[in-house]
Amino acid sequence: MNKHLNNVQGEAVGPAVPLSRRHFLIGTAATGLVLGYAASSDLLGLDQAVAAPAKFDPSVWYSIGEDGLVTVTVGKADMGQHIASTMAQMVAEELGSKWSDMRIALATNDPKFNDPMLGAQITGGSWSTMMNFDAMCRAGAAGRIALIDSAAAMMNVPASELTVRDSVITHAKSKTSKTFAEIVKGGKITKTFTPDELKAIKLKTPDQYTMIGVSVPQLDIPFKVNGTAKYGIDTFLPGMVYGKLVLPPVRYGATVKSVDDSAAKKVPGFIKAVTLDDKTMTTTGWVVAVADTYQHARQAAEALKVTWDHGPNAKVSSESLLDEAKRLQKLDDSGLFFVKTGDTASGLASAAKVLEAEYTTNINIHVPMEPMNATAHLDGDIWHIYSGNQFPTRSGAIAAGAAGVDPKLVVLHQTWLGGGFGRRLDGDMMVPAVQAAKAVGKPVKVIYSREDDATMDFSRPLTYQKMKGGLDQNGKLVALNHDVVSAWPTARWGIPEFLSPSVDKKGALDAFTVNGSDFFYSVPNHNVRAILNEMAQKATPSGQLRSVAPGWTFWAVESMVDELAHAAGKDPAPLSIAMLDGAGDNDGGAQRLRNTLLAAMGLAGYGSLKLAKGEGMGVACVSSQERKTASWTACVAHVAVAPSGEVKVKKLTVATDVGTAVNPDGIRAQVEGGAMWGLSLALYEKATMKDGGIEQSNFDTYTPLRMSQMPEVAVNIIANGEPATGVGEPTVTVVAPAIANAIFNAVGARVRALPITAEAVKAAMKA
Amino acid sequence: MANLIINGRNMSVDAADDTPLLWVIREQLQMTGTKFGCGAGLCGACTVHVNGEAVRSCQTAVSEAVGKQITTIEGLSEKGDHPLQKAWIAEQVPQCGYCQSGQIMQAASLLSKNSSPTKEEVVAHMDGNLCRCMTYARIQRAVLRAAAEMRTASTGNDRRNT
Repeated sequence: MNKHLNNVQGEAVGPAVPLSRRHFLIGTAATGLVLGYAASSDLLGLDQAVAAPAKFDPSVWYSIGEDGLVTVTVGKADMGQHIASTMAQMVAEELGSKWSDMRIALATNDPKFNDPMLGAQITGGSWSTMMNFDAMCRAGAAGRIALIDSAAAMMNVPASELTVRDSVITHAKSKTSKTFAEIVKGGKITKTFTPDELKAIKLKTPDQYTMIGVSVPQLDIPFKVNGTAKYGIDTFLPGMVYGKLVLPPVRYGATVKSVDDSAAKKVPGFIKAVTLDDKTMTTTGWVVAVADTYQHARQAAEALKVTWDHGPNAKVSSESLLDEAKRLQKLDDSGLFFVKTGDTASGLASAAKVLEAEYTTNINIHVPMEPMNATAHLDGDIWHIYSGNQFPTRSGAIAAGAAGVDPKLVVLHQTWLGGGFGRRLDGDMMVPAVQAAKAVGKPVKVIYSREDDATMDFSRPLTYQKMKGGLDQNGKLVALNHDVVSAWPTARWGIPEFLSPSVDKKGALDAFTVNGSDFFYSVPNHNVRAILNEMAQKATPSGQLRSVAPGWTFWAVESMVDELAHAAGKDPAPLSIAMLDGAGDNDGGAQRLRNTLLAAMGLAGYGSLKLAKGEGMGVACVSSQERKTASWTACVAHVAVAPSGEVKVKKLTVATDVGTAVNPDGIRAQVEGGAMWGLSLALYEKATMKDGGIEQSNFDTYTPLRMSQMPEVAVNIIANGEPATGVGEPTVTVVAPAIANAIFNAVGARVRALPITAEAVKAAMKA
Repeated sequence: MANLIINGRNMSVDAADDTPLLWVIREQLQMTGTKFGCGAGLCGACTVHVNGEAVRSCQTAVSEAVGKQITTIEGLSEKGDHPLQKAWIAEQVPQCGYCQSGQIMQAASLLSKNSSPTKEEVVAHMDGNLCRCMTYARIQRAVLRAAAEMRTASTGNDRRNT
């Protein structure tokens, strides 16, 4: 298991002092009351500390102004999942503040705002809520205790007789009360909680919640309907000029041979063509045309004549990537074991029936609506960079590498993200902004065109999976071999903590390419090999796309289970349920997944609704993202398949067990969007590589789902009182296999490649 | 120098005739509510109104807009309380929010002509606007909610008038 997940239990990845050993400090400052964690409180008295925050530097989690407004500083990237609002909601629950008093501020890349569990600033994996729930609630509770103590002193009543509601502390007996604003204004508060004291705070039980579980309006929505929300692309700095990229035709590995700017010099406002010298190797062969306006930068970029050496990947295509994957899979010594349970060789040898199948997914690109961009400005020794980013810790380091300075000298100013989906985990946009700004001595805003953004995406890798399953006499799955061949996006980061030792300790593998294959089904003999496709690793290079590995592993697993069931002459749903028996390590998770599947089946009318000819329902269930961070999600797809092979999805019924729903409507929004993403990846999105370049460059050729392609969607949230899980991603992974399984039930056609095309369905119908 | 009338105000801007209106509005006049999405008229993020018609500002040369009434999201309503904006909040439509200015401007051009659109008419009118967060179901609901609200309001006005 990779180390980042040990941190769910509270062990820090980085050198930072883990949260479980930090003090929580509360003190009156010039601006009001500040509340946050610090590594130690005994070096300085708290008065001194608050007076000299530069020396003491607590990570201020939130503050309460003299106006009573509570501002929560969020070290997470908000890309539409409303995590900033959710963080505020968790604080507000325990603090007792009124929702309309809550405000949010986005943190910089300062390490003091690192995720308490992950030891870095990174947003992904549907981790944020589950990993911050306890810390945010505890921070809120500590603030409430401090405010009550202060109010008790001011009102001269025992603290135990005070109650808190809607930012007001009330003494019922004397019918007197104080608002948070009055307390902050009137008193000087200093309070320290030791780690033990903080831990001892009794948090509310779910029956006492007044805020968690309520669909309060998201705090970031009002300014997203009037045009005032500021995204990275909306940055303006005095004296700022613009950069437009000039890119090689190959995705990775090109080098600039020559730059002729004679024609560009005739473009008004043209300043300079800057050839990037990227020591971080994030980009290769990029040139930036810098000009006074973006329009002029575009024209100058058009006028620049750049020649490239196309490098070692110039002949790579989707076909060659797939051929290489197949070659690697056939080798006995390829890859590393992610799962090795029992003995699959003897299990398959003694099986009554053996089935083999291969599943593929094509390259997918993120194309968030806000194209990549960054604005860089060198002020004295400090680089200020404005860009919405999901991994400020790493992207800040990339910016530093591009500038040739210590990462401490880079301040990354977070903005709202115009979509993330994993794309903004990468920091490529830092490089052209920093190096162009350095070259011209002015702040530079670099805006990727959509074509730049699409063709230089860190894409979801092309994947090839081979499965071999054996059934016994009773149709029970007794052995399963599962090989997963792909680029390893997380290995590309070069951060050892994000890799996992193979089960036989023979090496480190990228679990973010195989997560999901370690499912909650009980299969006595089960192997999973993670195989790196080096050719893809070098040529594409791949990134994390919403839901990451479970987007392809469950495509294979849930299709294969369906195929095996049909091979045994059984309905796939009961077979899945039988395998979710909760034996051994699967205890707990398996039962939750089983219940979720049953719920979806019931809600969809699976097996009971009479369907027209050419229609069918299919099921799939997933424990996405990772085993330790799963949300339990099931989908029943109802499709109609035309004789031409064209698939119409009539309805998706989704059920997801999220344990505790902090904001039910927000969860619903994520699940709705996730389901449509799943559908879009299943039917409409396909990128291809040719001659080392991505062929699709805009929304005419890369075609995410549009409104007219929406089926009916029924979303059902199961909140059963278990701890809160993540919801941004799981639903994405469950839709494609449910659709494929429905197609089989409708017309007997098995499709094993994503996206599913009418041609493939028709061909399978004939076969 | 181009003279533009944006949200009822006269503005002059130094831009060549063929400069896309988008870049003039966004980067030169710094009215950033209008968004850049594709630069090719394929996504609708840059939608503004020119003489009341929804147009893709990335495909509209600044010279084509001279002397015409240009409305951006900033000018759709005085206080950000157009029925569509209120409906967008009521339905909690935006996720990342980046496409939503364009979505709202596109929807506003429908409701200005058709106060009682069917769901199918909404889909047909909105299909050119991409939302990568795929908030389509909520967009649909919000447009229909705003239409209903506008009808109620105008009925109320009619009653007062008679």
